[in-house]
Amino acid sequence: MITIKNKKNGPGLKSAVEEISGVDISVCFQCKKCSSGCPVAKLTKSRPSEIMRQLHLGAGNELLENDLVWMCASCETCSARCPMGIDVAAVIDALRRLALERGASKQKGNVSLFNRAFLKTVETFGRSYEIGMITAYKIGTMKLMNDTEKFPAMLKKGKIALLPPRGGDRKTVKRIFRKFKESKGAQA
Amino acid sequence: MRYAYYPGCSAESTARDMHQSTLAVARALGIDLVEPKGWTCCGATAGHQTDRLLAVSLPAANLTKVQDLKLDMMVNCAACYNRMKVANHEISSHPTVRKGVREALDRDYDGSVKVRHLLEVLLEDVGLPAIKRAVKRPLNGLKVACYYGCLLVRPPKILKFDDPENPTSLDRLVTAMGGTSLEWPSKVECCGGGLSLSRTDVVVELTGSIIDMAASVGADCIAVSCPMCQVNLDLRQQDINKQTGKNYQIPIVYITQLLGLCLGIGPGELGFNKLMVPAANVLEKVNERA
Repeated sequence: MITIKNKKNGPGLKSAVEEISGVDISVCFQCKKCSSGCPVAKLTKSRPSEIMRQLHLGAGNELLENDLVWMCASCETCSARCPMGIDVAAVIDALRRLALERGASKQKGNVSLFNRAFLKTVETFGRSYEIGMITAYKIGTMKLMNDTEKFPAMLKKGKIALLPPRGGDRKTVKRIFRKFKESKGAQA
Repeated sequence: MRYAYYPGCSAESTARDMHQSTLAVARALGIDLVEPKGWTCCGATAGHQTDRLLAVSLPAANLTKVQDLKLDMMVNCAACYNRMKVANHEISSHPTVRKGVREALDRDYDGSVKVRHLLEVLLEDVGLPAIKRAVKRPLNGLKVACYYGCLLVRPPKILKFDDPENPTSLDRLVTAMGGTSLEWPSKVECCGGGLSLSRTDVVVELTGSIIDMAASVGADCIAVSCPMCQVNLDLRQQDINKQTGKNYQIPIVYITQLLGLCLGIGPGELGFNKLMVPAANVLEKVNERA
């Protein structure tokens, strides 16, 4: 069952999501094919079809705290199987982008921190640098010991690079990030 | 056959085995690969979860470099392949996106560089008959569960790669190499992708059900063509075993590693020593010592 709380947080997100994703939310007829195929739906409190319905019914910023928004693995099964051709994954991406812009509270696992750490290495080196990204992410989450038992074997086998990447066109990438930050104002 | 080969960032780190085996196989089959100078990250999942301009401009920076080479782009990493094709689609169908990219790159790009996956090059340009002829050591009936994951096949409208629900590109290659490709239902299930570090619990759950399924159909190994799938399925088996008390030891090999073996290339050159779950059973099958 889907309930929209009376205490809605801010105006409805439907038009903002439609603008970012290019999706017409109202064409969804709740067949729930997206939810049936969603690999993380069994682990989350709500399903993709519920997000669609909540948006349609005028849900506000409270939706940005929804656990599915950050547990979605971007596998795009929902979009591929929607009989109405709705890009449901683009809707989830739009919610993530709005959550970042509006400073929604952080979710378990902190995917946005991971993404920032990843993109920071790209901005710095032109290519992603796994050990740099993992270190920044671990410091940010204070979960320093997770997976550490795997690193010695990975380093020994050469399964992960110790040194940062070289040879990427850093100038162009720095320019892209500068334009991105300009487009977002000072918040990025 | 000459292509601009975009290795992608993983090629220099967790997927060096994919990169090495790609180069070795290309050399053996007479595919000429040119690496575009100064290639940079495609932005991956983090890019498109963060911002549309980033998601499109980062791949475009590489597509313009390939345009200057006047070649088609060939990619082996499924994630990079996906981002390149989606960027091309967005740029060619939305004038506002094209304008944003023009400002970010300080040059115009129309989205026209052709992007090919290595599997498409192998199946369409080299062709199965030529591959069969080149096989020196067949797989001798090795039972292979071919795993495609998400990013090779979705979104189908843009990627147009194989059948999105039941792809067979890897299976056809395995058969041509003398292996037995298994029927199984997890071909296009998700491994959890980029959540590997941020939501390890989710990845262990998803990879767990894929490994379970491969084990139940009797797979000797799982063949992949995506560095994220490879790392998740390979690295997380010890976590799955710890959590469930099972003892899965299913090697997760790149299709280029299998093909390389069949073409007579040594396992060292193909990066077999980098796999976390050793592939000794695979090497034995083709009569090659580890």
